[in-house]
Amino acid sequence: MSVDRIVIIGSGQAGFEAAVSLRSHGFAGSITLVGDEPGVPYQRPPLSKAYLHCDPDRDSLALRPAQYFEDHRITLACGKPVVRVDRDAQLVELIDATVIEYDHLILATGARNRLLPVPGADLPGVHYLRTAGEAESLTSSMASCSSLVVIGAGFIGLEVAAAARKKGLDVTVVEAMDRPMARALSPVMSDYFSAAHTEHGVHMRLSTGAKTVVEADGRAAGVTTTSGDVIPADAVVVGIGVVPNIELAVLAGLPVNNGIVVDEYLRTPDENISAIGDCAAYPIPGTARLVRLESVQNAVDQARCLAAQLTGTSINYRSVPWFWSEQYESKLQMAGLTAGADTHVVRGSVDSGAFSIFCFLGTRLLGVESVNKPRDHMTARKILSSGMPLTLEQAADTDFDLKLAIARHKDEVASAEVGERQVVAS
Amino acid sequence: MPTVTYVHPDGTKHEVEVATGKRVMHGAIGAGIDGIVAECGGQAMCATCHVYVESPWADKFPSISEEEDEMLDDTVSPRTDASRLSCQLVVGDDVDGLIVRLPEEQV
Repeated sequence: MSVDRIVIIGSGQAGFEAAVSLRSHGFAGSITLVGDEPGVPYQRPPLSKAYLHCDPDRDSLALRPAQYFEDHRITLACGKPVVRVDRDAQLVELIDATVIEYDHLILATGARNRLLPVPGADLPGVHYLRTAGEAESLTSSMASCSSLVVIGAGFIGLEVAAAARKKGLDVTVVEAMDRPMARALSPVMSDYFSAAHTEHGVHMRLSTGAKTVVEADGRAAGVTTTSGDVIPADAVVVGIGVVPNIELAVLAGLPVNNGIVVDEYLRTPDENISAIGDCAAYPIPGTARLVRLESVQNAVDQARCLAAQLTGTSINYRSVPWFWSEQYESKLQMAGLTAGADTHVVRGSVDSGAFSIFCFLGTRLLGVESVNKPRDHMTARKILSSGMPLTLEQAADTDFDLKLAIARHKDEVASAEVGERQVVAS
Repeated sequence: MPTVTYVHPDGTKHEVEVATGKRVMHGAIGAGIDGIVAECGGQAMCATCHVYVESPWADKFPSISEEEDEMLDDTVSPRTDASRLSCQLVVGDDVDGLIVRLPEEQV
């Protein structure tokens, strides 16, 4: 069946990239990009980084200016949430009762902040950070306060803490786990960042949960902790993760499992509906295990993979995931999925502030975390995508040239392929 | 405001005024120019804002950092001595009239 009308729900990075990629692949039909937030699609990563401490310029967040969408015949319906997907009639209905028909529907509905389930969490002065509006409100709040409690030592919480310290605020981070970014990082890397924050004057309160948000004059004035003490502060930031926006998929009867379930081609069981980005739970290549990732790389690469398929190229999704974070002078870059790693090999010196941690499961490399080591990071992406074998000893040996090894490996693979073709030809 | 000219592979030119302090990448994105993708938003994490900067402009920018160097090894179109990531090029008054060439492909 030919696809002439594509509707994309979600105008974040994944939805935006899907629209743009469809056009660059030559898709000539109609594209409608529907989003909850008004305005043109914009980037989120800067919101917890430069935007907070030095460059609160909303215009520079736009992924493209409004004219671009007009020029590329991408219809924007932003600021109008979808209330219903009718799979039989192949249409979506917006909150203003507008109905848009589709031949193919892309769910790029993203995720939303996990709300803090404690008394006082809804007081003015309690901030979350996901949207440009939330970033604006946090920035203006930070300009007038002198102390901040951050609940949650994940990427968002710690990036906010670093930005707030740069602005001279007194910052306390409260984290229920015994180390920061525990869900994503190896213990050595967690400890490195914990120490970095402490050195920069952040009060790190690990293994400590927030019990209530304290009120004074109708506003948040700090938190009480599970260890029984009170941390006064002028404002509170909550960064305790996100939940995927799966409600439309559930209403439409599509399967969900911590995300909208898709196959390796990013398709739901309804062949006319795909899901990409933060909302999609896809199988890790070569396994039946589902994973749902929250990153720019995941959003962009899945969007491109899907756009290629919808314009006639059948490719399954198998990009190596990568992520990044910036806190003070440490640029953290991660490649691969390291969950389940049982052996961590340090390459370089942690004390020097420029090193990598190679995360293995047994002898198999799962991923690499690098701080201020862009070469290790880029090489890691190539090692993981090529499947080049790497031993624990080689990973630890800084005299072992990873870049040279990957170049040699690629040459070997190429000459083996030539050899195979010659055998077939003869 | 300094003017930057973006030249497409087919010779088409886009002249854009870019505020001092902005990146060459921002100028292209803000003007909606196809040919600069910038998927990471200017963090030197991808290599999709690749441009060619030739003399006399090349010398006016700081030299290539290790980070940029690594990413430039990964561009889709060939890397040459003129290759830069436009997210690493800050526009100043001294580069008014800058000309950058866009590669055939970014992704």
